[in-house]
Amino acid sequence: MSLKNPVLTASGTFGYGREYTDFIDLSDLGGIIVKGTTLHPREGNAYPRMAETPSGMLNAVGLQNKGVDYFVAHIYPEVSQYDTQVLVNVSGSTVDDYVACAEKIQALDRIPAIELNVSCPNVKQGGMAFGVSCEGIASVVGAVRKVYHKHLMVKLSPNVTSIADIALAAEDAGADSVSLINTLLGMSIDAEKRRPRLSTVTGGLSGACVKPVALRMVWQVAKAVNIPVVGLGGISSATDAIEFLLAGASAVQIGTANFIDPAVSVKVVRGIEDYCERHHIGAVSSLTGALEI
Amino acid sequence: MVKRILDLRLAEKREWPQTVLLKLRSDVEPLPEAAPGQFLQVRVDQSPATYLRRPVSIHFIDRERRELWLLVRKVGAGTRAMAEWPVQTRVNVIFPLGRPYTLPQSSTRERCLLVGGGIGTAPLLYLGRVLRQQGHQPVFLLGGRSAEDLIQLNEFEQYGELCLCTEDGSAGTKGLVTDHPVLQGPSPDRIYCCGPKPMMVAVARYARQKGIWCEVSLENTMACGIGACLCCVEDTVEGHRCVCQEGPVFNINQLKWQI
Repeated sequence: MSLKNPVLTASGTFGYGREYTDFIDLSDLGGIIVKGTTLHPREGNAYPRMAETPSGMLNAVGLQNKGVDYFVAHIYPEVSQYDTQVLVNVSGSTVDDYVACAEKIQALDRIPAIELNVSCPNVKQGGMAFGVSCEGIASVVGAVRKVYHKHLMVKLSPNVTSIADIALAAEDAGADSVSLINTLLGMSIDAEKRRPRLSTVTGGLSGACVKPVALRMVWQVAKAVNIPVVGLGGISSATDAIEFLLAGASAVQIGTANFIDPAVSVKVVRGIEDYCERHHIGAVSSLTGALEI
Repeated sequence: MVKRILDLRLAEKREWPQTVLLKLRSDVEPLPEAAPGQFLQVRVDQSPATYLRRPVSIHFIDRERRELWLLVRKVGAGTRAMAEWPVQTRVNVIFPLGRPYTLPQSSTRERCLLVGGGIGTAPLLYLGRVLRQQGHQPVFLLGGRSAEDLIQLNEFEQYGELCLCTEDGSAGTKGLVTDHPVLQGPSPDRIYCCGPKPMMVAVARYARQKGIWCEVSLENTMACGIGACLCCVEDTVEGHRCVCQEGPVFNINQLKWQI
């Protein structure tokens, strides 16, 4: 899979792209990764689903989506017209769900890749159970690999002891690339009311506050695996994005920052171009892993 | 209506003990089209405590002066920081957002009751003005804890009759909006409501009992404001719906409130 530039928008932060067309031209992006899609429709978790935290936010959306059949019938005709790569984030509760969903997406000509979400912390069997052990990730990636023949990206959970080991297990099971990090499991409490701020008590932390953790994990994973690494976690500017490339990422995803500035993704694209010009870098790919220690 | 990211200038402000009126001016171009009940997402600053934008309803639009008025109650880190902005501050907003109040389509003059509680009175000023311009008859029923919650009254009374109430009796009738005598009189054709949820539930119950068409405006906690994050959902008869995109205004028949 080739991208016109290394900037993608992260699943769950960019809807189906159309939410952002008032602000940016989607064709300026390397690609978009649409909202987590499951085999069956999901209503998601009860409100409240969001709590602001210092330089970040917790969410507990819980994979609200209308299911893969709705995506195929009603969303795909629209997103397939975009002049950018469109990836579908695939999630599930069982290995069979992942496999069935991936097979349906495979039939769509204009979707060059799926991002396998084995790291959602917000549903009881929302994939994170698979993503926190080498055996778990091998089982789901291996099963999907058997039926899915296009680019298979696997989105990793940071809620593990050794993310490099998990990434290696994904690579061994047939992943074409890994993306990291999904949200960090967190919690927020309203002291006055003595109540959790999220209906699910715990939720996924994202935003600028997670960037140092994400950067460290991208660096560790990039050293461990031989497949491309896509970095995400708190990227809010071109400088942030370049840090991830230097740490070993081949591409980046912009997530929570889209909520604060709906035009930020294109600013990151332009900022990377400016950086390359200032540093006389011909191909942005030469930045990948160019960190000097 | 196309959503825009705009840099506006704080041209004027007025402060009350708990509330601030911010008049944001567009110096370079006319303000985009917007309708009563819509809102904007305001970038507060870059501080860790105000990482996300703050949703604020349109209090009023003065097209001639290219001014957007916000009425903000100082309740948290974001609203307190906004209240401290000096005049001339550049304010970045995303505007206009959300589904507006539904205006009467009939050419006959309709009597519309606009019920607001606390800072929920804010969006009713622009709504009253537009209703009045279209030949309808707005009546404002505004409630607060005490007299100091009832502000901008000279603005409201330009567009319709004022009915006031306070919980402590320091202004208007003593009690809640649902205790006000105006609700004992002839039924209005429509009720538009914005305020604390218990108040809106009580108003919705009144409307349901009387068979009066009624819309309420919700303020569920949100991140993006444009229908992308799915954080601000309200449980409706059609399932979870984003307050930012499919609201903030909902007909009471869409909601699963116990009314």
